[in-house]
Amino acid sequence: MSAVEKGWKDVPIGGLVLEAGSAKKYETGDWRTYKPVWDEEKCSNCMLCWIYCPDVSIIVKDGKVSGIDYKHCKGCGICAHECPRKCIQMVLDTGENGEAGAGE
Amino acid sequence: MSKRIAITGNEAVAEAMRQINPDVVAAYPITPQTEIVQFFADFVSDGKVDTEFVTVESEHSAMSATVGASAAGARAMTATSSQGLALMWEVLYIAAGLRLPIVAPVVNRALSAPINIHCDHSDTMGARDSGWIQIYSEDAQEAYDNLIQAMRIAEHPDVLLPTMVTMDGFIVSHGMGNAELLPDDVVKKFVREYEPEHYLLDVENPITVGALDFSDWYFEHRRQMVDAHTNVKDVVLQVAKEFKEISGREYKLFDSYKLDDAEVAIVVINSAAGTAKTVVDKLREKGLKVGLLKIRLFRPFPYEEIAEALSDKKAIAVLDRADSLSLMGGPLYIDLRAAMYDSPGPRVKMVNYIYGLGGRDLNMDQIAGVYDDLMKIAETGEVTEPITYLGVRE
Ligand code: SF4
Ligand code: SF4
Repeated sequence: MSAVEKGWKDVPIGGLVLEAGSAKKYETGDWRTYKPVWDEEKCSNCMLCWIYCPDVSIIVKDGKVSGIDYKHCKGCGICAHECPRKCIQMVLDTGENGEAGAGE
Repeated sequence: MSKRIAITGNEAVAEAMRQINPDVVAAYPITPQTEIVQFFADFVSDGKVDTEFVTVESEHSAMSATVGASAAGARAMTATSSQGLALMWEVLYIAAGLRLPIVAPVVNRALSAPINIHCDHSDTMGARDSGWIQIYSEDAQEAYDNLIQAMRIAEHPDVLLPTMVTMDGFIVSHGMGNAELLPDDVVKKFVREYEPEHYLLDVENPITVGALDFSDWYFEHRRQMVDAHTNVKDVVLQVAKEFKEISGREYKLFDSYKLDDAEVAIVVINSAAGTAKTVVDKLREKGLKVGLLKIRLFRPFPYEEIAEALSDKKAIAVLDRADSLSLMGGPLYIDLRAAMYDSPGPRVKMVNYIYGLGGRDLNMDQIAGVYDDLMKIAETGEVTEPITYLGVRE
């Protein structure tokens, strides 16, 4: 944010967003009540959670699940529901150990 | 060469759409607008236009598809009436908020219930705060001319707002009148190619349309719309000037008829203006100083110019073909009373006549009676009945 705050004359009309991938900057993790906790041991890397996550919050590195993007995960629970090996548990997000919106 | 022909309002509007040759038309039939899209569907199947014609399952879908096409970068149009416009409601606001320059003819028809297919203005009057520009037309000629001008107004970079062009259902849409149509190439040149600055199909410059806009920016985006509406008047006049060069026909923000030296005046919208002008002529022959002001641009409302034109009158009657049911009179009356509040000089006496609901005829005797009432008010300075239901059976 610049020193002088932007006004209505400074932004594109109609709420257009003129840059690609800007949703990444908009952190929605603090909307969450429950958070998914992933058990790496049980995971077979079938990628079903990655396919189903509506918020692209399953982080994949080199073809393997490596964690959950808590800055954007909204806690919908779809990944936990879809996981065939039941290795994602939804737990109440107390703000400790991976605080809501605080990162992976 | 322009050609003067006998034509209905619907046919004239369909001809204008053929000449405009939009990229996409998504529409659903509804009386009395049906013919417009029916004629247009013929143009599509006969290869007379390049338009992608989307036959949808409802007006909600018609407006949604039009919004999608416009956001994608197409010049997109639709057309509707009455319940159809009501079903579009939600998406009307979206079209305006997304600043998509969609142009739509709307053929005025009463809203249900009771069910009715004939003319009044309750449909478009209900959409007056949707953010669309509204241009009203007295006859087929005006509907044709206004639709062509609407393309340039809506798509002007200082405006970028959807625009509806209205005409009276059946009276104008199905009534045979005479109108002069411009040559195809002249219209094509006038409306130009549509070149949006930002659009979804521009893969080199990806954008997001319709993103979530909370308390942090929504207010600013709505404020931008006020700015766009503020620019409309100048653009309307500039486009009218250019249109006169190709047609010889003159358009302004509103139309004055024998108004300058008039002591009393009627303010009216759409086809009733034609009947009222004939009454003005007859009364002028008797030496009575009567005049008329016909609304053209209703949204945004050119309130300063209209108030100035009326500020020296002794009494004004506003004729509304819709009621607001607020008990404060019809929508035009309410706006005009607010507009007159700051006009200089002594307060001008104003009265409202709600007429023609559901297609009830308005005849010359009734209009002459209104002028009669106005002259009495001018003489006595007293208003006994501010709101009259003209032509209703007691
Ligand atoms: S809880 Fe929902 S948003 Fe979060 S990672 Fe799972 S599927 Fe994605
Ligand atoms: S669905 Fe379950 S097993 Fe499959 S990749 Fe995701 S966490 Fe691992």
